[in-house]
Amino acid sequence: MSSDYKRFNTRAGRAFDVLNIVLLIAVGLLAILPFAYVLAGSFATEYEITTRPFFLWPNEFSTESYESILSSDVFVRAFVTTVLVTFVGTLIQLALTALMAYPLSKVDLPGRRTILSLVIFTMVFSAGMIPTFLVVKDLGLLDTYWALILPMAINPFSLIIIKNFFQQLPVELEESAKIDGANELQVLRHVILPLSKPVLATFALFYAVGIWNDYMSPLLYLTDTSKWTLQMILRQVTAAASLSAEEMNSDVAPPAQGIKFAVVIIATIPVLLAYPFLQKHFAKGMLIGSVKG
Amino acid sequence: MTTVVEVEREAPDAQPPQAPARRRRFFNGVVRYRWLFFLMLPGLLYFALFRFWPMYGAQIAFKNYIPFLGIEDSEWVGLAHFQEFFTNPDFPRLLTNTLIVAALSLFIAFPLTIVLAVLLNELRLNILKRTVQTLVYIPHFLSWTVVVSLTALLFAIGDGPIWTLFNGLLGTDSNMMADPDWFRPLILMQMVWKDTGWGTIIFLAALAGVDQEQYQAAIIDGAGRWQRVWHITLPSIRPTIVVMLILQTGQILNTGFEQIYLMSNSLNRHVADVFDTYVYFTGIEQGAYSYSTTVGLFKALVGLVLIFGTNWLAKRFNQQGIF
Repeated sequence: MSSDYKRFNTRAGRAFDVLNIVLLIAVGLLAILPFAYVLAGSFATEYEITTRPFFLWPNEFSTESYESILSSDVFVRAFVTTVLVTFVGTLIQLALTALMAYPLSKVDLPGRRTILSLVIFTMVFSAGMIPTFLVVKDLGLLDTYWALILPMAINPFSLIIIKNFFQQLPVELEESAKIDGANELQVLRHVILPLSKPVLATFALFYAVGIWNDYMSPLLYLTDTSKWTLQMILRQVTAAASLSAEEMNSDVAPPAQGIKFAVVIIATIPVLLAYPFLQKHFAKGMLIGSVKG
Repeated sequence: MTTVVEVEREAPDAQPPQAPARRRRFFNGVVRYRWLFFLMLPGLLYFALFRFWPMYGAQIAFKNYIPFLGIEDSEWVGLAHFQEFFTNPDFPRLLTNTLIVAALSLFIAFPLTIVLAVLLNELRLNILKRTVQTLVYIPHFLSWTVVVSLTALLFAIGDGPIWTLFNGLLGTDSNMMADPDWFRPLILMQMVWKDTGWGTIIFLAALAGVDQEQYQAAIIDGAGRWQRVWHITLPSIRPTIVVMLILQTGQILNTGFEQIYLMSNSLNRHVADVFDTYVYFTGIEQGAYSYSTTVGLFKALVGLVLIFGTNWLAKRFNQQGIF
C-alpha cells in the first residue's frame, strides 16, 4: 500500500510530508521542553538558574536544591502522606468501581436500567461544589484524608467503561464456572477479574494520578496545614514567583529558584514513572466499550 | 463515547400485563441476584451519599441556610438568591470572563485537537507517529499545580526563558504572570499545551476505522492529499466531532476551577474571576452557602440545557447525538 502512495504522491504531497514531519517533531518537543528545562534547572546551581535564560544541561551539577527540600520535615511529611493517600485511595476507588460495574454488566439484573440512568444523570448534572462540601462536612470528614478519597470514589465514566468491558466477555466462561459449582463471588474472583487485569490496571493508574494531582479537594477539605498534600506544598512554594514584588509578603524570603524547580520535579516524577505502564494500556483500555468504529 | 449512553436502550424488559406479576418477578430477580446486589451495595451507597444527597442539599439555593438550623429547618426565600445573583454588578463580568475562556477552548483549542489528529494520521512514518503521540500525551497527566508552576518559572520576570524570549522579540517587560492582559493568552497556552495531545486519542481511534479502500479509490480518481483529507478523512470523523462538540458545549460554564484559581491573583482578578472561582470565594471563603449554591445551581442548569439543546440540534441536522 505504501508503494501505491509513493507512486501517486505528487510533488506538493511530498512537500507536505516533509513539512508535516518537521511540524510534528516541533510539537512533540514543545510538549516536553518545559519539563526538560525544569529538570535541568533542578540540578543546577542558583547562580546558573538566574543567569542562563535557557539550558537543558547544567554547566555545574548540583544536588543542593534536593538536599534542602529533603531536609525539610514539612516537605517529607507531605510527600509520605500523599503517597499513602494515593495508594489507599486508589485501592478503595478501584474496588468500589469494579464491584459496582460487575453486577451492572448482567443484562437481566432487576433495576439495572434505572441505576444506569441515574449514573448517567450524574455525568450531566452535579449539585456543585458547595452542597458537596456541606455533605463532606456533615459526615465529619473535614480535615481527614477520607475527604480526598471518598467524594470521588467512583468516576461514572470509568464505571461505565469497566461495565462495558465485563459485558463483552464471553458468557460461556462464566456459565462453565457455574456448572462447576462456582457462586457469583467466585466467578468474579477466579474468572472475570483475571481476564480484566489490563483494564483494571489502566483505571487504577487513572485513579492514582487523579488523587496524586488533586488540588481542589485538599484546598476545600483540609484546613489543617500539617495535613497538606504535596500539591498544596508545591503551590505554596512556587506561588511567590507569580506575584509582583508588592504582592509578596516581605516578611518571608521567597524560596530560592532552585527549590521551586526541584519541588516541581518531585511532584511530577511519580506520575512520569507510572506513565509508561499507563501508556501501554490506556488507549486500548479507554476505547474498549467506549467507541466502536 | 457514543455507546456510553446507548446502554440504556439494551435489554428491554418483556412487558408483563399485570403490575403484581411484574413486581413479583422483580423481587424474584432480586433474590436470585442477592449476591450481586450485595457487591453493588458500597457503590450504591457512594452514589446516594456523594452524588444525590448533595442534589437534595442544593435546595438551600432557595433557602436562607443557617448551619445551626440544618437544611430542612432553614427558612424558604424563593428565588431571592437568584435575583441577588443576576442583579449583582459582578454578574456581567463573571459571565463575560467565563464565556471568553469557554470560547478560547471551543473555537481554538478544540479545532487544534482535530488538526493535530489529522496531521498525525497523515504521518506515515509509524515510529515517528508513535513517538510524537507518546510525547504529546504526557502533559495531560501533570497536575494543574505543576502546569501553573511551570508557567511561573518559564514566564518569570527577569530570568524565565520564555519571558526572555518575548522580551527580546517583542520588548515585553511586564510581569506576565500578574499582567491582566496576559491572563487569557496564558490560560489558552496552558489549555492547548496540556490537553491538545490527549484530545487526539478519540479522533485517532475514529480515523483508524476509516476504510483504506476509499483512499485507494480516491487516488485512482486523481484526488490530491488535501482533497482526500477534505472529502474522506474529515467526513468520516464527523460523528465523533459532533459528539465531542455536544459534550464540550455542556461544559461551557465549567471553566476548570483549578487552572483559573491557580492562575488568578489580586492583580488580574477582574479578568480572571469566573463562576467556578466565584462559588469558591463566596461559599468557602465568605461562608455564603446559600448564595454560592445558587451560583453553582445556575451553572449546572445551564450546562444541562446546553447539552440537551446541542444534542437536539445535532439530531435535527441528521447527525448522531449522544442520547
